[in-house]
Amino acid sequence: MGKRINVQKTYKLYIDGKFPRTESGRYIKWQDPKETTLVNVCRGSRKDFRNAVVAARKAASGWSCRTAYNRGQILYRIGEILEGRREQFMTELTLQGSTKKQAEKEIDQAIERLIYYAGWADKYVQVFSRVNPVAMPYFNFSFLESVGVVAAIAPDDISLLGSVSVLAPIIVGGNTAIMLASESRPLCAITFAEVIHTSDVPAGVVNILTGQRSELLDHFSSHMDVNAVVYCGNDPEEIELVQSNSALNVKRPVIYRGQNWSDKKMQGPYHILETQETKTTWHPVGV
Amino acid sequence: MKTKSKMNYKTDWVYNPAPESADHVRIQERYDLFINGKFIPSVKNAYFKTINPANENKLAQVAEAQKTDVGLAVRAAKKAYENIWSKMDPSERGKYIFRIARLIQERAREFAVIESLDGGKPIRESRDVDIPLAAAHFFYYAGWADKLEYAFPGRKTQPVGVAGQIIPWNFPLLMAAWKLAPALATGNTVVLKPAETTPLTAMKLAEIIQECDLPPGVVNIVNGGGETGQALVEHPDVDKIAFTGSTEVGKFIMKTVAGTGKKYTLELGGKAANIIFEDAPLDQAVEGIITGIFFNQGHVCCAGSRLFVQESVAETVISKLKNRMETLIVGDPLDKNTDIGAINSKAQLDKIKMYVDIGQKEGGEIFQSSCNLPKKGYWHAPSLFTGVSQSHRVVQEEIFGPVLAIQSFRTVDEVIAKANNTPFGLSGGVWTDKGSKIFALSKAIRAGVIWANTFNKFDPSSPFGGYKESGLGREGGLEGLMPYVHLV
Repeated sequence: MGKRINVQKTYKLYIDGKFPRTESGRYIKWQDPKETTLVNVCRGSRKDFRNAVVAARKAASGWSCRTAYNRGQILYRIGEILEGRREQFMTELTLQGSTKKQAEKEIDQAIERLIYYAGWADKYVQVFSRVNPVAMPYFNFSFLESVGVVAAIAPDDISLLGSVSVLAPIIVGGNTAIMLASESRPLCAITFAEVIHTSDVPAGVVNILTGQRSELLDHFSSHMDVNAVVYCGNDPEEIELVQSNSALNVKRPVIYRGQNWSDKKMQGPYHILETQETKTTWHPVGV
Repeated sequence: MKTKSKMNYKTDWVYNPAPESADHVRIQERYDLFINGKFIPSVKNAYFKTINPANENKLAQVAEAQKTDVGLAVRAAKKAYENIWSKMDPSERGKYIFRIARLIQERAREFAVIESLDGGKPIRESRDVDIPLAAAHFFYYAGWADKLEYAFPGRKTQPVGVAGQIIPWNFPLLMAAWKLAPALATGNTVVLKPAETTPLTAMKLAEIIQECDLPPGVVNIVNGGGETGQALVEHPDVDKIAFTGSTEVGKFIMKTVAGTGKKYTLELGGKAANIIFEDAPLDQAVEGIITGIFFNQGHVCCAGSRLFVQESVAETVISKLKNRMETLIVGDPLDKNTDIGAINSKAQLDKIKMYVDIGQKEGGEIFQSSCNLPKKGYWHAPSLFTGVSQSHRVVQEEIFGPVLAIQSFRTVDEVIAKANNTPFGLSGGVWTDKGSKIFALSKAIRAGVIWANTFNKFDPSSPFGGYKESGLGREGGLEGLMPYVHLV
């Protein structure tokens, strides 16, 4: 009897609740640091990104109208499913260069962060909304709404926890997202897309692309139908490009500069606020 | 094609003039820059004149700040920030701001007259809206100074540093208050640049600030045009930019500060939808439409410049609206009966006329009230367009004048789609007697401020600011503290 032939996985993009190959037909050969495994990862294109924005825009109104309770349940569900697929992430994280201990810690933290944000779903609006005591006979109140479609550049140095930390506050707040996965560690992001796909997250709410940051950053930050762009990294030229491109349609640039994502400070309701708008409504009081 | 209102208002019965006296107002021939607590000329000794747009007479000469002057102002602000203001006990800081509020109230009449002289707005508005609200803003934020630990749960606040603030000409003193009050309350120091056509109330405010014994350098005021503003935005020691003005300039500022680490807030243009349903109280709604578009000659970024009327009542509403427009009194801003004053500047008048021209050329049907416009000065009759659709430029672009574009609609979904079909998202209005419809519409309209059965109301405790290309950040209310602090 010979050795069993492995069935190797194709790492594809995640757009509109489907796993298509890049329309460009391009791929990147990704090899782990120990050079034991070689996989093909899609090299996403501008067109893939634009398709993802269309999907995210289409999903935006439905997702933002879900009840807070329901969004919380779905985030919790993502955490549950991730818990059940620990083994696969262990394999991929160690393949991507983490030690077993590091990988275990990262998975733990990713699950806990999802549960943490799931709990915020029906609370952040309460904590950060208010009735304003205007000096006129009006009932005036301010509350938070999602900013809309968010393009996110995930941190390069931490793939699973990075993806979770960037996506959770965006989607718990009713936004839809297109995330560019870590370029050097792309495997986890696509496997995480499979977790999302099986967690009752509606199609288009989360879209994940793999590819080259240098190629896609310009498009992520310049697209006219994107309302906010989240950038994780430390490159001054990239930051300037993102902020400058944001001016095209006054999208909100959110910069996480060289952050340690395993730090507890990198979670919290103020991260949700980064992709929220405050809406204020006036109504006369009287008969 | 021009249509005429059916009712005839030409009677012998006219309002007697009721001018507010300007005798008590003291305007100097020259105003200098206010830097480090002193009034000093610009390094080039350059001045520009500010005029009364209602008669084109010169009011005063104002020093034009050069790049070097801006540098001096920023240096003074930085020194005051590091040595005094950021270290001061917050409750003491608050007391200085309370003082400013009180002195504005005490000199309210003088401020109101100067605001109307310099900017052209009716005295009724400067007296009842601009000046009282400016004082109220200082009062509101003065109280925040020693209570910041209650504003952001779980976090502490730190001031940002030197704030460069650039304000527009439509609400000169009020915009200065919106910018200065939260910046000072949170421990920042300021270099403020008023608009070129309306520098006078800011210079009066500088006098008050001196009278208050505010430490030198905490507030500096430099007048000038775009170049002065640019020097302020580009200065490396300015830590935060607060800008109110056009979307075009806002985008330029975003590009300029990209990569510098500067914080910024932008209050930009708008093209608000004002939506009238068939079940609305129609007479109230007509008043709301008038307030929405003709308040302050339509020089309002959140003006209700796109009117959507449900088809079943469109004819009634438009006819009532035309009749009401005929009763608007256009003329001397200092007359207490005046509803609509002078257009702020020649340049703005030209822009409005250009759009009125474009609207007609693109096939819109114009109606203008048959008021007599004064010979001298800059004036524009209240105007509306019917027969226009989403693709018309008068529907898409911000005119910033007394020009309304009217469209009708049949269904709720249709009007939501039309209302949101704009790159702007500053404000919106909904008129209906049905509560659940108000909530549905106010949720569906992508804009920062929604007025339900009212329009153009402002209050210091109420956050203001836009979605989409109408800006970033909020001013007013607790939210208005956020742009001036680092959360730690």
